[in-house]
Amino acid sequence: MVRVELPAHLCRLAGVGHEVTVAVDASPVTIAAVLEVLEHDYPALEGTIREHETKQRRAWLRFFVCEEDWSHIGMDAVLPPAIVSGKQPLLVIGAIAGG
Amino acid sequence: MSSVRLLVGTRKGGFVLTSDGKRQDWKVEGPFFAGWEIYHMKGSPVDPDRIWASQSSGWSGQVLQRSDDGGKTWNVAGNKFLYEGEAGTHQWYDGTPHPWEFKRVWHLEPSLSCADTVYAGVEDAAMFKTTDGGTTWNELPGLRKHGTGKDWQPGAGGMCLHSIVIDPTDEQRMFIAISAAGAFRTDDGGGTWKPINKGLHSKYIPNPTAEVGHCVHHIAMHPSKPKTLFMQKHWDVMRTDDAGENWSKVSGNLPTDFGFVIDVHAHEPETIFVVPIKSDSEHFPMEGQLKVFRSKTGGNEWEPLSRGLPQKDCYVNVLRDAMSVDRMDECGIYFGTTGGQVYASPDGGENWQAIVRDLPAVLSVEVQTLP
Repeated sequence: MVRVELPAHLCRLAGVGHEVTVAVDASPVTIAAVLEVLEHDYPALEGTIREHETKQRRAWLRFFVCEEDWSHIGMDAVLPPAIVSGKQPLLVIGAIAGG
Repeated sequence: MSSVRLLVGTRKGGFVLTSDGKRQDWKVEGPFFAGWEIYHMKGSPVDPDRIWASQSSGWSGQVLQRSDDGGKTWNVAGNKFLYEGEAGTHQWYDGTPHPWEFKRVWHLEPSLSCADTVYAGVEDAAMFKTTDGGTTWNELPGLRKHGTGKDWQPGAGGMCLHSIVIDPTDEQRMFIAISAAGAFRTDDGGGTWKPINKGLHSKYIPNPTAEVGHCVHHIAMHPSKPKTLFMQKHWDVMRTDDAGENWSKVSGNLPTDFGFVIDVHAHEPETIFVVPIKSDSEHFPMEGQLKVFRSKTGGNEWEPLSRGLPQKDCYVNVLRDAMSVDRMDECGIYFGTTGGQVYASPDGGENWQAIVRDLPAVLSVEVQTLP
C-alpha cells in the first residue's frame, strides 16, 4: 500500500484525513500510477492534482519523495522502495503562495 | 409565510443566509468549501433545493458542487471543461495572439425548465452546458468559434463569460456577456451566436464602436419584458428594447457611470438598480459614501439610496454578480461588497441593513424566494 499525504484543501474536498493509502497494482510504481488509483478511489480529486487532459501536474502543487522534490522529475519516474512499501509517504504539497 | 435564502460566494468559501419574509433576522451558515474561491452559487428555478456552486483555487483548479437539499449537504459534480476541437487564440493584453486556456467557471445559470440542465460561463470565455445534472459538461462551441473570437481580449479580471440571461418566453434565446468582447445572443439554444453591441461606445478601444471588444460588466432582464435588457458597461449604463439589436445610453444624472452590478426590480420592469463606482482605476464609491442608485424610469433619471449604508470612509467595491432581488410582495434588494458586508433592503431600496459584516470579499450574491 502506498501512503499519500494531501494538502488540507484536497483532504476536505475528498472527505479524507491528512493521509490516505492506495493499493497500486501497476509495476513499476510511478507517481502517475499512484495518482491513477488515487483518482479512482476518490473521484473528487480528478483534475485537482493533475490536469484532466494533459495529465500534467498542476503548477501550484509539488511532489516530494523521501525528502526530495520530484516535481520536475516526471510522472513516470519509478518510485523508490520506501514509498512503494509504505514506509514513507508520497507528499503532495501546495506551493506557498498568496501572501 | 415565504422565506428567502441568500447564496453568497466569497474569496474563501460559500455562505448560505436565510430569513423569514420580514427579512430582518438572518441565520448565517458556512463557510462551505472553506479556503476555496466560490465565484458563483445559484439555485434551480425548477427545484430550489438544487443549488450549484463553482469552487476554484489557484492550486487545484475547478471543482463543481451540487446540493440537493438546499445547501445542507453537497456532492462533487463533474469538473471536466474541455474546449471542443482546436482551442485557437484570442488577443492577449498586449494585442498578441494567446491560446485559449480554461481557468474557472464564473457563472452558473440553471435552466428554467429542467433541473438537470445548467449553463456555465467560463474563463477563458466560452459557454458549457450539462444536461445530466452536472456529471458531464459540453461546450457550446458556436460562441467561441464565432468569427470574432480572435479579437476578444481579457479585461482586468480575465477573459470571462460572466453573464447568462435566458429568455423565459423562449429558452432557445439566451443573452451572454464577456469581458472584454461584449454581448451576444443566440436564438437556437446556443448553436449560433450574434454579437449585439450596436450603440455601445468604448473610448478605450481602437474603434470605439467596434462589433466586439467592449468591456460589458453585467446585463439584466425583467422576465415580463424579455426584449428589454439593461447593461452596466465598464463605463456607461445602457438599455435595449429590441433584444440587443440597438443599445442606448441611460446613464443620465448618475454621478459616475462606471460600475459592475445592475439589476431589475422584481415587480417593476422599469425600476433598475446600480452601484456607481468612482472609476476604472479607483474601484470604490465616490467620496467614501456607499450609495445604490435607483431609476424608476428605466434609466436616465436616477435617485440615490443610502439610508442604512455607510456614508463615511467606505472604500469597498461591489462586483458584477454581487447583486440580486427577491420576489417577495415588497421586493428585497441584496448586494455584497469586497469588504465582506452583505446589505439587504426589504423595501425596494428605501432602507438598508448589513445582514452580515465580516465575510471574506464577496464575489456573488443570489437570492431564492421560497414558499
